[in-house]
Amino acid sequence: METKDFAKNMRKLIVEAIYNSGSGHPGGSLSCADIVAVLFNEEMNKSSERPNDPERDRFVMSKGHAAATLYSALALKGFFPAEEMKTFRKIDGRLEGHPDMKKIPGVDMTTGSLGQGISAACGMAVYGKRASKNYRVYAVMGDGELEEGQCWEAFMFAAHYKLDNLCVFIDFNGLQIDGEITKVMSPLPIPEKMKAFGFNVIEIDGHNLDEIRAALKNAKETKGMPTAVVCHTVKGKGVSFMENVASWHGTAPNKEQYEQAIKEIEANG
Amino acid sequence: MADMKAQRDAYGEVLAELGRKYPNMFVLDADLTKSTKTVTFQKEFPERHINCGIAEGNMMAVAAGIATCGNIVFASSFAMFAAGRAYEQIRNSVCYAHNNVKIVATHAGLTVGEDGATHQCLEDIGLMRAIPGMVVLAPSDAGSTKAACRFAAEYDGPVYIRLGRLPLTRFNDEENYKFALGQADVLADGDFATVMFCGPFYDLAMQIREIFAKNNLNIRVVDVPCIKPMNKDVVKNAANETKVIVTIEDHNIYGGLGSAVAEVLAEEDIENRKSVELIRIGAQDIFGKSGAPKALLENYGFSATEIAKKIAETVCPGSSANLIF
Repeated sequence: METKDFAKNMRKLIVEAIYNSGSGHPGGSLSCADIVAVLFNEEMNKSSERPNDPERDRFVMSKGHAAATLYSALALKGFFPAEEMKTFRKIDGRLEGHPDMKKIPGVDMTTGSLGQGISAACGMAVYGKRASKNYRVYAVMGDGELEEGQCWEAFMFAAHYKLDNLCVFIDFNGLQIDGEITKVMSPLPIPEKMKAFGFNVIEIDGHNLDEIRAALKNAKETKGMPTAVVCHTVKGKGVSFMENVASWHGTAPNKEQYEQAIKEIEANG
Repeated sequence: MADMKAQRDAYGEVLAELGRKYPNMFVLDADLTKSTKTVTFQKEFPERHINCGIAEGNMMAVAAGIATCGNIVFASSFAMFAAGRAYEQIRNSVCYAHNNVKIVATHAGLTVGEDGATHQCLEDIGLMRAIPGMVVLAPSDAGSTKAACRFAAEYDGPVYIRLGRLPLTRFNDEENYKFALGQADVLADGDFATVMFCGPFYDLAMQIREIFAKNNLNIRVVDVPCIKPMNKDVVKNAANETKVIVTIEDHNIYGGLGSAVAEVLAEEDIENRKSVELIRIGAQDIFGKSGAPKALLENYGFSATEIAKKIAETVCPGSSANLIF
């Protein structure tokens, strides 16, 4: 499947899952969908037949509230049936509100409490270096997440141990639950801070698949330091009435909104 | 002075031993390698030791990440910063995710001494005990420290091991003493009262026993190095066969050994429940303070004569005046 279509199908599954459960995080799930689509559909060495292969690339959704994004990619890659997305956040399902590595095949780390996923990704990467493994570690973080002090402990660690097998995508959509990140608690300037923390920093349009691909290539070619890809994104991307609206951070669409959203995603893709 | 050894020295030695046995074992520290003694492992296996700097929250989640790759990870810092500062990382990234991380926290309790209240963690057993699935160990000498670490390395899942700073009397064999879930050792039998302790109180428990021996009364002494899961049988037997149970711990009386024993007494089927008394010796819901460890312990009520008087008064009011010391 073309990655453009993969991303479109992910968006449909994301909106559908959140609509069915009546809860979830559409805004930040849609903003990082294109990044996750390129990783799962093109880049990463991952197989649904061997979800625990020690040599596989690792993926950590550090902004765990974008669980639906990760689940949609896993479903499309056959880690579990797409039908199961209907059980998202339901009591009799295994698709926890935030990613759960013990329940769901393909989830490499349990996340949800912001700032912890990136540390765990550092753990996977430092082990990879020490044990001379060839796998790479990818993490997706939120811009609001950067307000957690632990992120900066993790960045310090990643640069100190020269984790060039680690590539961190920062979903810079500019919004968090209480509003604009610059008004709530500004983590800006992000690229400058990441540079100062010892990262190879690339700034891209996080919805442009070619720019995502180029960033991944750049990251792989960079030796001796971790890479941060600062992705300018639109919260709620692909659904007009959700785009750039903070209140869609953690609200589920009603039936009408859901139908409208699916129509728009199919039309625009 | 009897034969003494600090638990962290035993920890350093056993880490190196376990490193030889388990090629997939990693050790993490937070700028305290010389205090926690992980430096011993670092010297022998530098490629498997990772200093995380003064960033305990990050260290615990890094430990979880390394564990996801099929490794056994020991992570050490002082109890205050391991169980205290990094509580939520332990709760979510280690325990909820069921990652194979062993948290070995040194310098627990009042016996830290001069560094004072900010460094004297008196709540860690309570914090760790409240996390589902966490095994909580508080070994009582060098031998049980080694046995606890060997057990933890073998056990699949999160374990919290609490160590103190002071040299302690050695009473368990460092090579042969074995450890299992629910470990509790009756060190001396008796029918008058039971002293149950964890951590650095072997000497104190034995002193209490000696006082009563002079008065022709027998005190049962039980070492309880495994706080969770608690050995219910030793508590039930103590309740049914002796008149008073005394718990002694370098921890707040809330949340620690005393609480764990109280839970068993309250919930289990115990014939003697209505008549058995419980005395909890520990920090009485107060913080610590600076001072020499010995003076602090005296100050906080860890005194053989004071505890003996409490036991006597509990069994028979007014009888402590007749005790021979």
